[in-house]
Amino acid sequence: MQKIGVFVCWCGSNIAATVDVERVAEAVKSEPGVVYSTNYQYMCSENGQAMIRNAIKEYGLNGVVICSCSPRMHEATFRKTAMAAGLNPYMVEIANIREQCSWIHKDMQEGTEKAIILARAAIAKVLKNAPLTAGTSPVTKRALVVGGGIAGIQTALDVADAGYEVDIVEKSPTIGGRMAQLDKTFPTLDCAACILTPKMVDAAQNEKIDILSYSELESVSGFVGNFTVKIRKKARYVDETKCTGCGVCTEKCPSRKGLNEFNMGLNTRGAIYIPFAQAIPNVAVIDKTQCLHFRTGKCGLCEKNCSAGAIKFDQEDEILERQYGAIILATGFKPIDASAFDEYAYCQSKDVVTSLEFERIMNAAGPTKGKLVRPSDGKHPHEIVFIQCVGSRCSADAVKGKQYCSKICCMYTAKHAMLVREKYPDVNVHVFYIDARTPGKNFDEFYRRAVEQYDVDYIKGMVGKVEVEGDHLRVQGSDLIANEQVVIQADMVVLATAIEPDPTARSLGTMLTASMDTNDFFTEAHPKLRPVESPTAGVFLSGACQGPKDIPETVAQAGAAASKVIGLLSKDHLVTNPCVAHSDELLCNGCSQCENVCPYGAISYVEKEVRGPEVRAVKRIAVVNEAVCQGCGACTVTCPSGAMDLKGFSNNQIMAEVDAICR
Amino acid sequence: MSNKVTREDILRISGVDPRKCMKCGKCSGTCPAYEEMDYHPHEFVSMVLKGQIDRLMQSKSIYKCLSCFACLERCPRNVEPAKLIEAVRLAVIRQQGMNHMTENDVPALLDAEMPQQAIVSAMRKYKK
Repeated sequence: MQKIGVFVCWCGSNIAATVDVERVAEAVKSEPGVVYSTNYQYMCSENGQAMIRNAIKEYGLNGVVICSCSPRMHEATFRKTAMAAGLNPYMVEIANIREQCSWIHKDMQEGTEKAIILARAAIAKVLKNAPLTAGTSPVTKRALVVGGGIAGIQTALDVADAGYEVDIVEKSPTIGGRMAQLDKTFPTLDCAACILTPKMVDAAQNEKIDILSYSELESVSGFVGNFTVKIRKKARYVDETKCTGCGVCTEKCPSRKGLNEFNMGLNTRGAIYIPFAQAIPNVAVIDKTQCLHFRTGKCGLCEKNCSAGAIKFDQEDEILERQYGAIILATGFKPIDASAFDEYAYCQSKDVVTSLEFERIMNAAGPTKGKLVRPSDGKHPHEIVFIQCVGSRCSADAVKGKQYCSKICCMYTAKHAMLVREKYPDVNVHVFYIDARTPGKNFDEFYRRAVEQYDVDYIKGMVGKVEVEGDHLRVQGSDLIANEQVVIQADMVVLATAIEPDPTARSLGTMLTASMDTNDFFTEAHPKLRPVESPTAGVFLSGACQGPKDIPETVAQAGAAASKVIGLLSKDHLVTNPCVAHSDELLCNGCSQCENVCPYGAISYVEKEVRGPEVRAVKRIAVVNEAVCQGCGACTVTCPSGAMDLKGFSNNQIMAEVDAICR
Repeated sequence: MSNKVTREDILRISGVDPRKCMKCGKCSGTCPAYEEMDYHPHEFVSMVLKGQIDRLMQSKSIYKCLSCFACLERCPRNVEPAKLIEAVRLAVIRQQGMNHMTENDVPALLDAEMPQQAIVSAMRKYKK
């Protein structure tokens, strides 16, 4: 005999203002199985939960329906409540009458009717619920960080500090990421390398951290606590264990045409190269597309000159397979391609550069050794124009650009302007800006210093076009405050290009089923309350792969992600969701369709003797690995014979709900 | 008879939503006829939004706009200021009583010195 209790929540006025809660509680009293029904201001409050516990005991309820907010909000709360009163937690159903009812209706009559229908559906479902018991799965106490920039390094250091092993997988030959390319950092102007490289060294020397540079993820399987990851360690044609990083090979290499990635292609490097002086690992790598040995079969100068015998032309990609409990995505960003903005003459003149290129020009380890010269002729510039918001803040229907504000450009442009004026007082600096966005500690003060102390000419307005005129750049733009069109004969133009997620993020997102937004930034589980977790359990987000961020924010988020990872790895077992698929041996015809659609690889096949009323045969049947199944239900809708079913969401439960709605 | 041109008229004729403007001034920064104008492309956007249509209809800017569409092409918010200028111009012409030329009038007026763009622009201005 079913005894169902229904509890209708007002959620203050959130529900009660649009749904007549009294009427809902009254209407469901006549539903089959319902023996008790009531309403209360806040069901999730201690008082509300006490009402539920008392009713379960007093009326001997064996099923509970809570009409309240989304199950995402309080399902876990009410399951615990039921458990405290001795009821199986899976005998609790939530009817969402807030997000899917009161919040979207204005009319009380309509809202109330819909709430009653939703309650009825939940009652129909709970009548067919069966008690379920959650299992457990072990946790592999090792984390994987994808991306070795400041975000990945910081997360790895923090996780390792808690005593867990971490691997950093970095696609380029060295860790360091974008921060390693920067000259100074705002708002304190300390040198990026001076604060980053000690962290890189810490990571390299930490015995808990294993850095897999020049490596990429090949595939990921498994689930939270139990990921199996295949990592492709790309052949660098140099034995990492032997190379001492002396750099003799890089000097001897006769091929000098490869564009230096670290310097944003502003100069060239050898076919064998070490990305930069403080690279970690400090090991050379051969660019196969440039190497004369690979292209012609001749040369081999590096091999002849390597006293350590580290050159290995026959090295091949290696696939490593490792187990992890958690995966942290720290894939970072890149500047967008400025060539789409032809009005700024980026493709016409070498003296139009992006801010990251300018960063390399100003850097003492850059292509000009930190001397500010024009890339075209090496001459000292006298007028520099900075253009902000290049490709940021564009409307969705504009032909190019990103809708979001890239967040960091206002500050780094103020920094560039200030550095130029500090080192070269003879250079006039103009900044075209729409809004100077400087929220952050000491940020606006920094920007004001550029204006007031360094005489940087901030012009409110955008540049319409940049034209090459002889060896000058004619910059034509708006001065909105003066209501004038201004023309500046500039020697250099610097574009504050928008930033976008690294292109590898998309394939990783697919591999991990980690959701992304329309801009390919990874989505967080909750925009306010769970900012460092992906909605996919066991996947965490660190740094600019989640959205534009400056260094302090990135480091803060990296630490937050690490603390979440530590929380996960500190558990020996995870409670698994008992709402998993299972197959009815009698009905299964062994067609393999469920195995093919399962995104988690949870289904396999066995030959088994099946005994039924009219059957007794050895059959090929599907078996679900309950630890791996995530309960997505893909197999249940695919199964042609109706053998697959999902516990807690069985086909007949869902049909009962539909029947209740259509009644 | 009320023939006052309203903000809504201009918005309907142009199909422009001036609220999309983020006031960056790129339109006026790019305009080749800027110096000739009394009201500039960015001002058209904000003045239409404020409903100051009369002032725009009396401005010489509507005849100085080259219809080169550079402002429309480069606007990061796809506001299309040139369409607003054209709409105001059209509103003036309509009030003058349909005294525009037809496409048949154009060949006789062609001048070898006249740039192609000006012809296209004339068609845009008067053939509606």
